[in-house]
Amino acid sequence: MALNVGCSARPGKARDNKTGSWRTFRPVFDNEKCNKCGTCMLICPEVCIREDGEGYPEIDYEFCKGCGLCAEECPKDAIEMKKEEK
Amino acid sequence: MLQIMEGSHAVAEAVKLSRPQVVSAYPITPQTHIVERLAEMVADGDLDADYICVESEFSALSSCLGASAAGSRVYSATTSQGLAFMAEVVFNVAGMRLPIVMTIANRSLGAPLSIWNDQQDSLFLRDSGWMQLYAEDAQEAMDLHFIAYKACEHHDVLLPSFVCFDGFILTHTFEPVDIPTQEEIDAYLPAFKPYQRLDAKDPISFGMYATPDYYQEFRYEINAAMTKSKKVLREVGAEFGEMFGRDYSGLVEEYRLEDADTAIVAMGSVCGTVKDAVDEMRDEGKKVGLLKIRSFRPFPYEDVRTALAGVSNVAVLEKNINIGSRMLGAVGLEVKDAVYKSGTPVYSYVGGLGGRDIRRKDIKTITGWAETGRNDCFFGLREEVL
Repeated sequence: MALNVGCSARPGKARDNKTGSWRTFRPVFDNEKCNKCGTCMLICPEVCIREDGEGYPEIDYEFCKGCGLCAEECPKDAIEMKKEEK
Repeated sequence: MLQIMEGSHAVAEAVKLSRPQVVSAYPITPQTHIVERLAEMVADGDLDADYICVESEFSALSSCLGASAAGSRVYSATTSQGLAFMAEVVFNVAGMRLPIVMTIANRSLGAPLSIWNDQQDSLFLRDSGWMQLYAEDAQEAMDLHFIAYKACEHHDVLLPSFVCFDGFILTHTFEPVDIPTQEEIDAYLPAFKPYQRLDAKDPISFGMYATPDYYQEFRYEINAAMTKSKKVLREVGAEFGEMFGRDYSGLVEEYRLEDADTAIVAMGSVCGTVKDAVDEMRDEGKKVGLLKIRSFRPFPYEDVRTALAGVSNVAVLEKNINIGSRMLGAVGLEVKDAVYKSGTPVYSYVGGLGGRDIRRKDIKTITGWAETGRNDCFFGLREEVL
């Protein structure tokens, strides 16, 4: 995205403003351990975890800020927070 | 036509001729006479502008910020504590690239409380992204407002500007000034054409949030625009000279510097006293000259380097103090940087703070100090009260 003079901007949506670059730790899902309980999807404050066709969690990393709540609350320890390499 | 008038009123005339659409300011000594006169002009119907009365300087510049973003030519004026109170908005105006012109009636900063002149107030906002132009007399103060508007509004620049003139020494004294006609100024300074503006039909926001991925690039752009403003200032200053016979194409001005051994560098009204002192020292056979800095931001390094190329010593007369720095004054730091490769010694001599008079004998004293290599120090210091 090229800069606008004076940091001006047209009206936009949160959907257009990707916030995933803030992340330091990335949640990585292990479907082998997952029991499809859906806790991660309910608890994600960014609402960026959805259900895939088979009922497993699917994450949108363009918006995940890496808060780690999903990993903390997962009853099956199926989510691991891995350090981002930039 | 030449008229005798108070410096503040000369500036008010210049502002009126520049046709600002919005004026917002809060009275503070020694700036008050400017905005008092502008309020009269608006009330009398002589100036077609909205005069927004506010409860503080913070609100004054905030009103100006909004009005400028809405696409108006905007004016404000302040000094000292008022400018310090505005500081947050000062940075925002530059960051949003709004070409506001604001007069600074230079005054010292408290504590201790002082209403008198030095140049600490504008200089402490050195890094804010505002241009800083310094006037020697009422005429120059007047003319620099037209030049500032034209340079600031140039789409290669889009930065705000302080026009600084010394409190009381220039604001409250009477001098002859040549006031251009409205037709002449309209020809020199056409209506403001905003680069972008607030418009309910085509919404836009200014000064949005920038993550670490973008913030640094915005600061780079502001600095790049400030660098470009040197060329623009020279051009619009030259154009002013062609139309009005007073040339401002130089960001510095030399006085009897061509064969000088020692150069005195100064800004603002004290340059008049320095010129008199230079004349007297020249009569005594001393090769001394003055380099007047008209534009402190952008700082004209190339011009300073060229002007000081032949001198052996440089005495910078500082009406500010750079507390905690080895180089005592803000101007000396820049000058020293400009001539660094030549090895010419540059000294900051601090004085005239809080309104203390600077006399010709003081100028002669610091000239002598520079010649004998005396390090940075205060002049006119009252040792007996320390």
